[in-house]
Amino acid sequence: MDVTASLHGLIGGVLIGLSAIWLMATLGRIAGISGILSGLLAGGSQGDSAWRLTFLLGLISGPLILILSGSDLGNVVESPGKVVGEPVGGVGLMLLAGLLVGVGTGIGGGCTSGHGVCGLARLSTRSIVATLTFLLVAMLTVYLVRHVIGGGA
Amino acid sequence: MRALMGYIAGLLFGLGLAIGGMTDPARVLAFLDIFGAWDPTLIFVLGGAVATTFVGYRLVLRREQPLVAQGFHLPTRRDLDGRLIGGAALFGIGWGLSGYCPGPAFASIAGITAPLVAMLVAMIGGWFLARRLPATS
Repeated sequence: MDVTASLHGLIGGVLIGLSAIWLMATLGRIAGISGILSGLLAGGSQGDSAWRLTFLLGLISGPLILILSGSDLGNVVESPGKVVGEPVGGVGLMLLAGLLVGVGTGIGGGCTSGHGVCGLARLSTRSIVATLTFLLVAMLTVYLVRHVIGGGA
Repeated sequence: MRALMGYIAGLLFGLGLAIGGMTDPARVLAFLDIFGAWDPTLIFVLGGAVATTFVGYRLVLRREQPLVAQGFHLPTRRDLDGRLIGGAALFGIGWGLSGYCPGPAFASIAGITAPLVAMLVAMIGGWFLARRLPATS
């Protein structure tokens, strides 16, 4: 096991947790990325659009600050110091994957953050079921792509 | 003030994803590949995040209301339905194909590539489509 990667993972996880706590303590909201960003696109009240937009800017600027500061805190596989990894497929595969992620998180009411982090922390039955579902289906998808079909991602 | 609070939350989230290695799709897929060279990093990220949030929510939700908003917005539904499970399953397929869930996909904009643009555009399109679908299941 790569101890450094695991330790970085734990630190990253705690930071994500602090983000979720901060958002609840200040704005009273669940830190669900798909909910925050799809809500931004859907419009809604102006008071909400502003913090959703600045959340997005913060989300993008976190990794950007690490890159610009030359930090070695990045955690890309076999590229110490690199912050953002390369996509594993081309435009076509990503169009399909993006559509599935968008539709799925849209109708399922959340993603890895909303259901996975905040929902599990609230011991929500819906979130526990959703998280187990997307984890198992994602593992099955990777199994089929890598070990049954072979090649590809 | 609300916008500043949102920015700080996003910044912490983006830093956490990057330091945790979640902005590397290869690392995420290696976690999902339980029959391959398994990479446990995501367990530490998710575990650290859930444990921290579990404790923090209990402290925060004791308060009357948030610092700069009126009332806590908490989900109240408890039923399991086809949209929840079907949606989670579709999301799982997309996540397993790409290694991107929504947070890391947007957080990776600092290292933008053509496939990532395609991922983001299609994801946003998917969110619009999901809103068009009838609410009953």
